[in-house]
Amino acid sequence: MKKFTARIDKERLILALAAPVLAVVAALVVTALVILATGKDPFAAFSDMLSYGSASDSQIYILNKATTYYLAGIAVAIGFRMNLFNIGVDGQYRMAAFFAAVVGGALSLPGIVQIPLMIATAMLVGAMWAGIAGILKVTRGVSEVISTIMLNAIATAVIGYLMQPGRLGQLDDAGTLVSTKPLPKSSWFFSIDTGPAGVLWGFFVIAALAGLAYWFVLGRTRFGFDLRAVGQSESAASASGVSVKKMIATSMIISGAMAGLIGMPTLLNDSHMYSNDFPLGIGFTGIAIALLGRNHPVGIALGALLWGFLERTTNHLEFMGYDKEILGVIQGVIVLCVVIAYEVVRRYGLKRQQQRVGAELAAQAARSIKKEVTA
Amino acid sequence: MHALCGENGAGKSTLMKILYGMQKPDEGTITVDGAEATFASPADAIVRGIGMVHQHFMLADNLTVLENVVLGGEKLYGIGNKARKKIQEISDAYGLGVRADAVVEDLGVADRQRVEILKVLYRGATTLILDEPTAVLVPQEVDALFDNLRELKSEGLTVIFISHKLGEVLSVADEITVIRRGTTVGTADPKTTTSKQLAELMVGSELPSPETRESTVTDIPMLTLDDLRLTATDTDGVVREVLSGISFTIHQGEVLGIAGVEGNGQAELVEAIMGMRDPDGGVITLGTADISHAPTRKRREGGVGYIPEDRHRHGLLLEAPLWENRILGHVTERPNSKHGLIDAKAARVDTARIVREYDVRTPGIDVTAASLSGGNQQKLIVGREMSHKPKLLIAAHPTRGVDVGAQAQIWDQIREARREGLAVLLISADLDELIGLSDTLRVMYRGRLVADADPATITPEELGSAMTGAASGHLEHQDGTGGEDR
Repeated sequence: MKKFTARIDKERLILALAAPVLAVVAALVVTALVILATGKDPFAAFSDMLSYGSASDSQIYILNKATTYYLAGIAVAIGFRMNLFNIGVDGQYRMAAFFAAVVGGALSLPGIVQIPLMIATAMLVGAMWAGIAGILKVTRGVSEVISTIMLNAIATAVIGYLMQPGRLGQLDDAGTLVSTKPLPKSSWFFSIDTGPAGVLWGFFVIAALAGLAYWFVLGRTRFGFDLRAVGQSESAASASGVSVKKMIATSMIISGAMAGLIGMPTLLNDSHMYSNDFPLGIGFTGIAIALLGRNHPVGIALGALLWGFLERTTNHLEFMGYDKEILGVIQGVIVLCVVIAYEVVRRYGLKRQQQRVGAELAAQAARSIKKEVTA
Repeated sequence: MHALCGENGAGKSTLMKILYGMQKPDEGTITVDGAEATFASPADAIVRGIGMVHQHFMLADNLTVLENVVLGGEKLYGIGNKARKKIQEISDAYGLGVRADAVVEDLGVADRQRVEILKVLYRGATTLILDEPTAVLVPQEVDALFDNLRELKSEGLTVIFISHKLGEVLSVADEITVIRRGTTVGTADPKTTTSKQLAELMVGSELPSPETRESTVTDIPMLTLDDLRLTATDTDGVVREVLSGISFTIHQGEVLGIAGVEGNGQAELVEAIMGMRDPDGGVITLGTADISHAPTRKRREGGVGYIPEDRHRHGLLLEAPLWENRILGHVTERPNSKHGLIDAKAARVDTARIVREYDVRTPGIDVTAASLSGGNQQKLIVGREMSHKPKLLIAAHPTRGVDVGAQAQIWDQIREARREGLAVLLISADLDELIGLSDTLRVMYRGRLVADADPATITPEELGSAMTGAASGHLEHQDGTGGEDR
């Protein structure tokens, strides 16, 4: 019996790995074909990506990028585990980062107070922005997909309005960049200077902690069990005593709070202000990464690193004379392949398990009959 | 008309799925009308005139009957008035009484089954496969169904049906095949076989009976409902009363059975008691506590066990492993959790115990609930609910789709818990089960409790007449005649 379950576990592991590996391989093949079609050598491109991507300065760059992407992936994954599609992560993190930057710029408290205060502000703003969608869904039945997309657009408008000079924004000396008031140096997050390779953002520590919290809360607590139960079957969860509406609102709020962290590595470690060139669209990257990482904390980390790697190396490809659109092609194909591969592997796994259970039971039955005969 | 009998997990459903092209056989052949056939998909089977009515209905809840019927068969009669006319025609021809524009969501289980049958006939099936068709019907309806089936047969159609109710199998089938653990163990001629012989063929044991021997009813009330009222808004936006004036008391050690045609408010009653619907009036008292508006979790923690009518929708997380399903519904209780944290180790140990004690046939506790057969899923649910020593058990169709052996086991468990003071609200379409297990019987009709009866003397037929609204009040057993008004 034990051996059998061990076998199922091993198989499950292989199946779990099969999907992303399949997707990445398929993406490589498609990319190679695309590069070939443009009349260039795909293998030279891949080897350039590998050698450039593994250089030490690239490693730092990738880690820094992945910190942001990881938080985005986790924020989206919280929704996914609940069967909620939080497309609004994008607007949530921008609102959050903006208000955190405003708060940080206005105060000059010691870093040990001010940094947590800014992070808390970001999480609160993200949670509130997501909470709007959550409450709309619970009370009026508005699909969170629609409302969060709308909220993304509203966030853009709100930030644009508030960031004008004279309101919460200011114009820099050169007169070209509108931004919030820069943070005092005391509230910069710690970073590690690795010399010529660049500066490693300290925020990866927080990202790792967030991943740990995600894993712990979902996998080990009652609350996490309830949340997953709702994600798997609302009717069964409600019969089991979970208040589904409350859970929808709560998980939306938690997803938003997590989304609030996304802008923090950039704000606290890099830009130190919210300006009109603050990174956009990371919420959507987060969707791709959560899909790729299968909502698993480790998987999301791998997905985030892969995304950072691809961005870094395809940037370099441009210098080498390749088309920069390659990045979009690879990313798009990976996401497409991942979604397909997961569904194929999931169905195969379920069917296979059913067959195995049947076979095992038949074998047990045969054994017991044999015993009866010999007895 | 060919009947297929066998224990749960014996492979009946699998066999039927192969016949219907949903699964591919590893070896062997299927012959239809003398020609060998291979089915790659249900569409192939439909082309060959094979239609299937599943045990778990495959209908889209949010569509109307018409839409469900034409879905996938748009080419036959279009999707408009021609299709509507055809549906009406079939419905009238076999007395199915189907309304083409009703939304499936609002239909009871019995109506849904009729829609399923109609769907199959609409596609011109000549061979009908019915997976446990009678499990959801009252005797009168079963008779009506069998009349329909006989009519189909007389018009040259073939009917294959699966049933656990051996009496029905014997009365309606022309030939019976018994399978056990994936192989045919015998065929029987219904004219010369008794149900006892058939049961022995199926499980190698005698047919169990659900009779409770001695009364264990005390005078300590466990669950009291006082004038419970519940309204619901239907699809037309009209507020209907689905439950009105429901009052009863279940004492410790008492089994209160509720009989009724499905869709008369039983499901709503259960959901109101479980806290999944908020009553519009009346009081629900558990022990001495007023729980009328308490959340579901509080009720469960207060000692309410729940065996749901639809285990796939309300009882299990199908894609989660068994040990997580053991936690479901009791996440705040030991051994599942400690101080807000899931105690996976203890839960796993206890799952293994349930699997052992309740004879859940599975190779391990890490397989998903979906890979178990229906009967074994049910045993897991019963085991889970009984493991928390409930004070009140809400059992909705506890043995539906469960084989004879497991059925007896579940009955035994209910009886034993009842001896220790468990109060049970039993809702079942199996009237033998209701009469056999209950200490008190009530009949539900259109959201009201219209009649009561003494299970010691009443017959299924008498109960049946009250279930269709023909009789009300206290049902007295009459020699030779049915239920009687008083």
